[in-house]
Amino acid sequence: MVMKVLSADHAVAWAVRRAKAEVIPAFPITPQTLIMELLAEFIADGEMDADLITAESEHSVMSIAVGASAGGVRTFTATASQGLALMHEMLYAAPQNRLPVVMVNVNRSLGAAAGIWVEHNDSMPERESGWLQVYVEDGQEALDMVLQAYRIAEDERVLLPIMVCLDGFILSHTVERVEVPEQEDVDAFLPRFKPAFALDPEDPSTINAIVPPEYAMEMRYQLDRTVERSKMVIKEVDEEFKERFGRGHGGLIDTYKMDDADHALICLGTATSTARAIVDELRSQGRKAGLIKLRFMRPFPHEELREVCSGLRAVGVFDRSIGFNRYGPVFTEVSSSLSGQGLKVTDHIGGLGGRDITLRDMRDIYAIIGSDAEGKEVKRVNWHGLRGVQT
Amino acid sequence: MPRNDYFLSGHGACPGCGVAIAVKNIMRVLGSETTVYVPASCLIVFSALYPTSAFKVPFFFTAFENTGAVITGIKAAHRRRGVQGNVVGFAGDGGTFDIGLQALSGAADRGEDVLYVCVDNEAYMNTGIQRSGATPFGAWTTTSPIGKRIQGNRRMKKDIMDVVIAHNPSYAATLSIAHFNDFIKKVDKAKKKKGFRFLHVLTPCVPGWKIESSRTVEIARLAVETGMWTLYEYEDGEARSTYRPQEMRPVTEYLQLQGRFRHMNNEDLNNLQRYLCNKWYYHYGHDIEQPVCRIYKGEKELHFDGDPLHGV
Ligand SMILES: Cc1ncc(C[n+]2csc(CCOP(=O)(O)OP(=O)(O)O)c2C)c(N)n1
Ligand code: SF4
Repeated sequence: MVMKVLSADHAVAWAVRRAKAEVIPAFPITPQTLIMELLAEFIADGEMDADLITAESEHSVMSIAVGASAGGVRTFTATASQGLALMHEMLYAAPQNRLPVVMVNVNRSLGAAAGIWVEHNDSMPERESGWLQVYVEDGQEALDMVLQAYRIAEDERVLLPIMVCLDGFILSHTVERVEVPEQEDVDAFLPRFKPAFALDPEDPSTINAIVPPEYAMEMRYQLDRTVERSKMVIKEVDEEFKERFGRGHGGLIDTYKMDDADHALICLGTATSTARAIVDELRSQGRKAGLIKLRFMRPFPHEELREVCSGLRAVGVFDRSIGFNRYGPVFTEVSSSLSGQGLKVTDHIGGLGGRDITLRDMRDIYAIIGSDAEGKEVKRVNWHGLRGVQT
Repeated sequence: MPRNDYFLSGHGACPGCGVAIAVKNIMRVLGSETTVYVPASCLIVFSALYPTSAFKVPFFFTAFENTGAVITGIKAAHRRRGVQGNVVGFAGDGGTFDIGLQALSGAADRGEDVLYVCVDNEAYMNTGIQRSGATPFGAWTTTSPIGKRIQGNRRMKKDIMDVVIAHNPSYAATLSIAHFNDFIKKVDKAKKKKGFRFLHVLTPCVPGWKIESSRTVEIARLAVETGMWTLYEYEDGEARSTYRPQEMRPVTEYLQLQGRFRHMNNEDLNNLQRYLCNKWYYHYGHDIEQPVCRIYKGEKELHFDGDPLHGV
């Protein structure tokens, strides 16, 4: 075990090196570039044996990744924002063909009000693509999740691609103490990739023919069931990781001070850390506040969420993304999951376009959820940190 | 010529399809140690419709514009796993000249060790005959219709070989299904070389060109004889023609067999002929005696020749 001071991007690069990914197509986009630059250095210095392929676009990056994975090797790539959007078409090729590609998406805002700062509006629209999606909170979790991602993705019960999402700049460019596991420990946890099938003239097969209506729906059904089944594997892998490396991340969801909580916030990514500080503050005042860290958006942990939320009087959802004229996507998912429970749910939108989520914002959020729990009138959807007056 | 088929009969192409003829014969030369990628095109639909497949070798499909990239990925995996043989992509003209150009350029620029074959039927056929960058001057397609104001495609065919050659590939060649020895030699060369290789095959299309299905090969031959298609190869930094017709036949001989050109007027015919004369000098200039080219001023326009398939 080695302690290093690394940004989350560099922590990811170390994880990819330890995972011994063999084909790495790359195209630059801030704030993802640090990952590929460090991998390029590892390879150029002979410390890592892999093909870094400098593609001419992200569409081609995902095409190369899909080709390499179908060719039977462990594949990695990373992107963000506009790059992820350009891949959109090709994202669908990986899950439908059961190709266990691992990709890091460094969350960044997309489109007009253009910017390079964190927002989840790039990855949230891709949650119906068939990719598994996990959101991490710090550099250590980013590194660990890349290792776990390969185990989950390549498990024969799963064989699906995974997108590891990390908050741009807050994580990608901020350095922290990160523990980089030893190569032999990673090798024991994550053995060499043995593809379940591959394009090989020794054993020819057709992968991805055109599928007429007589068969296509069954393929969709199988994929749906597989995403559901991956929940079990995600939990198993996190438990095994914890045994081997001494730290787990909770699998699908992680909780903080939920045992006797009567109200709580559901959070993704780095906002969780801010929320944790406010929970401590509220607890010192004798309030029964709790925190639920939602790690996976796909598979979505419906049962787990219902279980931790049972007994609560109100729950809030934090969204770092927005479905315009509607709610944030996390709220939509959580609400459908909790429907019928009679639980009050409010949506809290903030941090868009990289706007800071301050302790004060988080305090306001908890104040609304607390009032909701006490039966006071509150707004269902609340924007936090907006300049000017909300109407 | 090897007799083993790796592209099997029983597929769903139109009778007389030039793409099917080209792919079948290329696969015979490439042999069993070949992995095939096909993007969205006629070929994917007529060769791999679940639960059947016409390819007897590993076969993959994903999207339309990414042939250069997917074959890059497969080849990288094969290299790492020590898998032998060629990785080949068969893309249409739309998937090469237009939407696929970026991925093609990327792969060529990186010098990927792959074989890229463009099966060129001069339009987007799978979606119902729309104009592409490969559609020749004057040709009717559904998006270059014969209107009162504009008749047919108004641009000369894009020279994709020049674009590819600008990337300095290890091998590039044009092929005709009517010039078989030349065809086989070039596929065999492409098979044996390393690095980025590009083959460009003219593949007549029965409904798209409005031709009789028995005339595919004859029309491919006339394309060469009239200068509409030139047979040459690029190797070691130099281009060289591999076949030169005895004389330059008037382009009308090629056009009149195809319903897609039936409407062309004299002015357009002369424009095309003039363009072909320049092209002829560009390709054969080093070994021709002047003059080879005759511009048909004021002669009869193309007329309906009575064949019900022409111009329907
Ligand atoms: C991104 C995208 N745009 C459009 C299509 C629809 N499409 C499928 S095949 C095709 C035409 C293919 O034309 P070409 O490459 O010339 O091959 P051909 O069918 O003529 O052999 C088109 C437009 C698609 N599959 N993907
Ligand atoms: S439409 Fe043209 S290219 Fe397509 S199968 Fe028929 S003949 Fe071949």
